[in-house]
Amino acid sequence: MNPAVLVRKLGLALLAPLIAVVAAMIVTSGVLVVAGASIGDFWSVIFSAPSGRNWTNIVNQSSMIFLAALAASIGFRMNLFNIGIEGQYTLASYTAALVAGLALFPGKLNVLAALLIAMGVGGVWAGIAGILKVTRGVSEVISTIMLNAIAGGIVGYLISNYGEQFGQGRRTTPIPEGSSFDGWALFGDNSGEVWSLVLLAVLAGVGVSFLINRTRFGFDLRATGLNEDAAVASGVNVKKMVVVSMLLSGGIAGLIWMPALFNGADYYGPPFQRLLGFTGIAVALLGRNRPIGIFFGAVLFAWLSEQANPLSLIADISPSVVQITQGVVVLTVVIAYEVVRRWSASAEQRSLRNAEAST
Amino acid sequence: MSGNGIEVRGVTKRFPGVVANADVNITIRPATVHALIGENGAGKSTLMKILYGVQRPDEGTISIDGKPVSFSSPTDAIRAGIGMVFQHFMLADNLTVLENVVLGAERLYGIGDRAREEIERISDTYGFALEPDTLVEELGVGERQRVEILKVLYRGAQIIILDEPTAVLVPQEVDSLFANLRELRSSGHTLLFISHKLDEVLAIADDITVMRRGRTVGEADPATTTKRALAELMVGSELPSPQTEESTVTDTVLLSLVDVNLVDLRGRHLLRDINVSIHRGEILGIAGVEGNGQAELVESIMGMRKATGSITLAGQSLAEWGTRERREAGIGFIPEDRHRHGLLLDAPLWENRMLGHQTRAPSSRNGLIDQGATKADTERIVRDYDVRTPSVGTRARALSGGNQQKLIVGREMSGDPILLIASHPTRGVDVGAQAAIWDHIKRARREGLAVLLISADLDELIGLSDRIDVILRGELVGEFDPQDVTPQQLGTAMTGGRESA
Ligand SMILES: Nc1ncnc2c1ncn2[C@@H]1O[C@H](COP(=O)(O)OP(=O)(O)OP(=O)(O)O)[C@@H](O)[C@H]1O
Ligand SMILES: [Mg+2]
Repeated sequence: MNPAVLVRKLGLALLAPLIAVVAAMIVTSGVLVVAGASIGDFWSVIFSAPSGRNWTNIVNQSSMIFLAALAASIGFRMNLFNIGIEGQYTLASYTAALVAGLALFPGKLNVLAALLIAMGVGGVWAGIAGILKVTRGVSEVISTIMLNAIAGGIVGYLISNYGEQFGQGRRTTPIPEGSSFDGWALFGDNSGEVWSLVLLAVLAGVGVSFLINRTRFGFDLRATGLNEDAAVASGVNVKKMVVVSMLLSGGIAGLIWMPALFNGADYYGPPFQRLLGFTGIAVALLGRNRPIGIFFGAVLFAWLSEQANPLSLIADISPSVVQITQGVVVLTVVIAYEVVRRWSASAEQRSLRNAEAST
Repeated sequence: MSGNGIEVRGVTKRFPGVVANADVNITIRPATVHALIGENGAGKSTLMKILYGVQRPDEGTISIDGKPVSFSSPTDAIRAGIGMVFQHFMLADNLTVLENVVLGAERLYGIGDRAREEIERISDTYGFALEPDTLVEELGVGERQRVEILKVLYRGAQIIILDEPTAVLVPQEVDSLFANLRELRSSGHTLLFISHKLDEVLAIADDITVMRRGRTVGEADPATTTKRALAELMVGSELPSPQTEESTVTDTVLLSLVDVNLVDLRGRHLLRDINVSIHRGEILGIAGVEGNGQAELVESIMGMRKATGSITLAGQSLAEWGTRERREAGIGFIPEDRHRHGLLLDAPLWENRMLGHQTRAPSSRNGLIDQGATKADTERIVRDYDVRTPSVGTRARALSGGNQQKLIVGREMSGDPILLIASHPTRGVDVGAQAAIWDHIKRARREGLAVLLISADLDELIGLSDRIDVILRGELVGEFDPQDVTPQQLGTAMTGGRESA
């Protein structure tokens, strides 16, 4: 591809998300006006330069959102709607924390074991929906939503009955000291530490990217998503693919909270961060199920949430307003992609005409 | 009714890497049947889509009845009295004729008695013989096509565009379609149709326009021109006809079906007691009106449906094998519906080259996609099968119908198949490419390829096959020797007229 074309393609790829962000800003501003809040205050808080600590949090949060979106994207690539990321990572996080707390293995080996268990539990929980779909024809949308509720119930029950008392609530036994990481103070002293297991997200991103784009399995998965009938005719066993991709999607989902666990959270308990699964689904849509797109989406979401924190303090606006921004971004990006696609088609046409005229 | 003439002046339409229409000029006289012919990728469908408002021309003007028009969507075209019947029917199987026709046009005659009356009136006027309350799934291909035409007439079309309407029809159905078209013409409708079958063009058209590489290169008068002259105008070469050379049939049975039955959920037999075998080096033709079990037969052999009975390939039972194992064992598959079963329309050509061959070289090695080798091999197919495309990175959707077909044929002939299941292998390809595909099949047959050939084109079936079986309502009802059977005889057997031994 010649450089000019590459630049244009890149520009177009970025244009749609940009339009979506601008649209989301306009809508959010509208809401603020209606609510009688100051637009200027709001945006100046959101766009203020993040402090070192803010940056640390943005990076850490991005890693979890990225993993969640990556998990969702695997299913989406073959038209499989795994809405159950939430339940999968809740159950996986609890189990992994529980096992890590038992300290069955020494030091970092304990981490590895916990990671494998998290992936296994997440995978199995998603796999149930896959199996129900291929054997009983149950829509995975329905079953994963049900499984979310069940996972929440199971974890709640186990924690309150078998968790150890801690302050007001209950928790799993904290992991042994040797099993947690120190992290890196990338953004200066006293600014918190970037979790070491952020690398897990990078690894997973590269791995999934490779799997989907470079392997035969990935081709089968994409083919199924593009045209299921043709995939079947080409020899793809769609039932097997459904189960395997659910396992994979759930396995990645299992990892979502692991960076937090091994970088200071230490146990599963009240501080556990919920709702990442649903955020992940939104970000997967925003990033068009491509790891690069998801990366930017994750950073955007993490940025908005982090920067919104001081809103109530500084501008007397509820931080939850940014959820409107996040929601509108996801909705408008779909439309923006279509608009840009049409626009680029006609731009291509124009450039062809010009090229012809000049020769 | 005077009007309804179409005047196309200087229409140009560009796509990335190709000029699909270049300064196209056509005059279509009112109340005539106008045929548009030309090689694959000549720009015929593009021109039709422009006339129907699906695509907008970059340059040029269109006028109807002397008045310039500009459509930005099919809705505009329908308002101006233009209707289009696409090659792929767009009917809902589980709805009735009435429901299908009325869908989306409720405002015209409502959805009740007035709509029914109007449908009956149209059906009677033009001899369609359609009942408003029949379920579409019970209709054959020819009838479905009439429903599509009825839909267009119901919306008040005076000008009807048909893109390759005869490709899916057997000769009898073509005759009755043409009878309908003549009725329409005499009542003042203007008809514009595309076909690669020159006999048909000569039989029905009042005017013929030939396109080549995006341009209108000539007009012909059907009264004086010949097939040969038309073919030369189109592709600049001689008209081919399939000629069976000396038989290469061997004694080795390659594919054998014994007592194969397929029953649907309601207990109806889709296939009944199929017993047939194909030898190495043999082409077995299956003649039949579409929808009589051909698709089911093919899909049973491919493992896409679970039939009972035994199917063996080179002595090996296929019972335990999925579609993938069957393909790996050397079955090539040209599906009847290329969009549904043969292509990933939004993927580049080289990825489409992998489809169905993804487990083998050159597509992959050790579970990893081999992009370089696949692209190189796709280039080979593009060259050998004359697929007209800007590059192997082009999306399959951007290719013309015939070029998509050529890509599929090239793909399925790759990797030395031992059995080729070919449903309408030359459907939608031009006469030149048709001859090339026949040559490829014949060459492979000489090297021992066994072929199950299903085709609506009886000349192709008779010209290529070593043996022809007729399929009717899921049963094989008679075998013919292509040496001494005429298309008429076959046609009669296919519609259940008479059995033959
Ligand atoms: N949507 C599209 N995007 C890019 N190129 C296109 C598109 N549609 C058509 N083309 C190109 O325009 C040219 C003309 O295509 P068109 O479908 O009109 O051919 P055709 O004459 O109908 O051929 P066939 O007989 O094979 O159906 C082809 O080279 C095709 O690849
Ligand atoms: Mg066409």
